[in-house]
Amino acid sequence: MYNAGKIIIGIVIFLALITAPFWYNFGKASTPPKLEIGTQEKQCVESKAFMQSSHMVLLDQWRDEVLRVGKRIYVNSAGKQYNMSLQNTCTKCHSSKTKFCDRCHTYLNVAPNCWDCHIAPKEQEKQAGRSDK
Amino acid sequence: MNALFSLVSALIAVAALVAVSWFGVGAIGLDSVFGVIIPYIALAIFIIGVVYRIVDWARVPVPFRIPTTCGQGKSLPWIKADNLDCPYNTWGVIGRMFLEVFLFRSLFRNSKAELREGPKAAYASAKWLWLFGILFHYSFLIIVLRHLRFFMEPIPSFVEAITSVDGFFQIMVPTVFISDLLFLGAVTLLFLRRVGLPQVRYISLPADYFALFLILGIGISGVLMRNFFKVDLLGVKSLAISLFTLHPAPPPGIHPIFYVHLFLVSVLIAYFPFSKLMHAGGVFLSPTRNLANVNRSERYVNPWNYPVKVHTYEEYENDYREKMKECGIPVDKE
Repeated sequence: MYNAGKIIIGIVIFLALITAPFWYNFGKASTPPKLEIGTQEKQCVESKAFMQSSHMVLLDQWRDEVLRVGKRIYVNSAGKQYNMSLQNTCTKCHSSKTKFCDRCHTYLNVAPNCWDCHIAPKEQEKQAGRSDK
Repeated sequence: MNALFSLVSALIAVAALVAVSWFGVGAIGLDSVFGVIIPYIALAIFIIGVVYRIVDWARVPVPFRIPTTCGQGKSLPWIKADNLDCPYNTWGVIGRMFLEVFLFRSLFRNSKAELREGPKAAYASAKWLWLFGILFHYSFLIIVLRHLRFFMEPIPSFVEAITSVDGFFQIMVPTVFISDLLFLGAVTLLFLRRVGLPQVRYISLPADYFALFLILGIGISGVLMRNFFKVDLLGVKSLAISLFTLHPAPPPGIHPIFYVHLFLVSVLIAYFPFSKLMHAGGVFLSPTRNLANVNRSERYVNPWNYPVKVHTYEEYENDYREKMKECGIPVDKE
């Protein structure tokens, strides 16, 4: 091999970059966040699978209908009616932003702009707010 | 090879890959094959293959110093030398390589030739390849860096910063990333350039189209699962983290479009070492770029030269001095 020194440095840099995620996560247990739903209701507005993957689409649709059309009533796939409201419908059950919304959003680096306008529900425990620090 | 055959065969190959993974997961339920086994094998092929290709290239001797020169070489002190286009020292080579790797300078020099009436040859600058190429490579880089949010826990802050800048316009929910649009646009334009220019179409082989379609397929499947099919991201990240912590556990119920995306990426990285995609490593090992143009000032020894037994004039004279004197031939030493 010619220029062995330079070639080996190059290969080491390549390997370090490619395997970086392995070293970064090395020895850590893979635990996806657990969400605290905090509700007596058994059923969300739509099915759990749908809400898990597509809640942002639903919320976006709600915002548009309420603000641009003035329509307030949402009829779900089972025919049940809901008031389209983040603060009055969603957070009635999902009462903790830090224990519900933020856990997944932080884990996946999602920064929704809901709370630019809306007011997050008051946390029951004072510690929840502090856990961000 | 027929241009249409090249295009269609590559398209069929990529379509077959999409179908295999879509039905493999969707109909047969081979989540762990497409989610764990194939990605691991692909990554192993990628790493071993790239290292092998680099070492293989490094074993080839370069018999001559053959830099391409595009500017004034170093000569007399009052002639201004161009160190970047005709490097005369290591700094020049480093500068030239930097501009080549990060700004694709040689593509920027691309020109087109036309035969006009007369007949006259006309040359003009052609920057499209450079423009589409640089858009494609940098948007691809940003997309790969953004994907680190799935590969790393906790997520490094630079990934968050890139993501937030990339989604600056907050168009639609989930946000459409600028880099996604640039990426799909650039790949499409590179494809259109390849089929639109007759000369480029003529020299295009299935391998040229295959890489393009594969990358386009990765981009389209990625956008589809972000903005249309709605994949459960929690499951996706827990799969990714489980792969990177070497405790693979594919969670059930991830939409097949995700496995199409993952399978196409696996095929891309496994195909990488065998294909023209190796230009990523090859650019560093090009003797036409990584050597300084110092042919006259420094001797370059061919690495495969064996020691030549030489017979100097001094030795020759020692052998024949008496005979030379007899004939009246002048000698250096008496």
